[in-house]
Amino acid sequence: MNNSAILTNILRFIALVLLQVLLLNHINFLGYVNPYLYLLFIISFPLDGNRSLLIFLSFLLGLSVDFFADSGGVHAAASVFIAYLRSPILKFSFGVSYEYNMIKINKAPLIERLTYISLMVLLHHLILFTLEVFSLSHTLLILKSTLFSGIFSILLIFCTLLLFSRKT
Amino acid sequence: MQQILFFFIRNKNFLLFSVLFLIAFALTIQSNSYHTTRYTSSANFLSGTVYNIKSNALNYIGLQNENTKLLNENLHLRRELEVFKSYAGFTKKDSNDLAVKYDFITAIVINNSYSKTKNLLTIKKGLKDGVKIDMGVITSNGVVGIINNVSENYATVQSLLNTKSQINARLKNSNHFGSLKWNTKATNIVQLIDVNRMAPLKVGDTIITDGKSTIFPEGLPIGTIKTYELGENDNYNIDIQLFNDMTSLKYVYLITNNHAREIKELEKEGEDEQ
Repeated sequence: MNNSAILTNILRFIALVLLQVLLLNHINFLGYVNPYLYLLFIISFPLDGNRSLLIFLSFLLGLSVDFFADSGGVHAAASVFIAYLRSPILKFSFGVSYEYNMIKINKAPLIERLTYISLMVLLHHLILFTLEVFSLSHTLLILKSTLFSGIFSILLIFCTLLLFSRKT
Repeated sequence: MQQILFFFIRNKNFLLFSVLFLIAFALTIQSNSYHTTRYTSSANFLSGTVYNIKSNALNYIGLQNENTKLLNENLHLRRELEVFKSYAGFTKKDSNDLAVKYDFITAIVINNSYSKTKNLLTIKKGLKDGVKIDMGVITSNGVVGIINNVSENYATVQSLLNTKSQINARLKNSNHFGSLKWNTKATNIVQLIDVNRMAPLKVGDTIITDGKSTIFPEGLPIGTIKTYELGENDNYNIDIQLFNDMTSLKYVYLITNNHAREIKELEKEGEDEQ
């Protein structure tokens, strides 16, 4: 990563946390559906970036959201989890082209892009809500929240990626 | 030795992941237990300040509503004051009356959550202003929750809409009581469970706080009965429509019980003797 990429990522980190805790955590569509846009940081972290660094930064990212949402460490746990699993998920979604470092997320075919984002978001939400609810007697609630918030997050992340993609 | 070192280097990502995940998991578990010092809480300096800025910025929106609410409350208090004034001439000052039993602190809610299963509010009053853990929080409409964490300038409130909350409540018409729980289904409905089956219930009856705990004074309004049914162990489980709109809270009062310590000590002595 060069200097400008580092700066972009730092700014993105701060902007996403603030956006998440000040605005998106309070949408409460239908009472409990919130999008978690901050995942965008993990999803669009440079593909050739250091993996250990990503895992550590994801922990910080999740923890910052937890600080504001009073939720212990649930966001941190879920973020670290998908940061660790990002490589296998990338491999699964983009196939062989990922191994040769040839893909750009914004230029990949629509289906592959959608698979990648959906897998990351749904896994994250599943861990997040399981830890947040923290009781197996509410399994239905966990699955319902995962699905609805998941759809909301996927849509929002997908649109944001489209909006900020450079056409070069 | 070299083998071990290689092992660590080869698996460094997995090890890093495991350590961080365990830390996060520990924080989660710790946040699920009541009454421990929480490290990730919105009652800390950083998030408290950010929420405070946001609250200041958005203060003007909704001012109209708040003014009406305050006006109504003033009216209500003024009427009660008149009633007391008319009694004042007849009562004798008793030395017991000198120390007021309950005292109030006002506070502004700077962050409110109601979409999770364990909801908390953040308020802008802290240790500095005399806030302590286990103080009751109310609005002019009724009960909101109980303080569960305090920092220098901020505090968090465990709201009624929290699966960990358990508050004593009783019927206004009779002395039958139960405990108030939340089943996470709706933000305006909580459950009163384990009410004796002899209790005379009617839809629309008022539920108030029970004076038995040291947290809330007796007789604060909570809500009205919406539906009720006999539970498994032959006790009533009641759905209660809250008076408070938990999704829009701005100004709250904290209650301190000046006798709480005395009562707690007495009860503890009683337990020790047994």
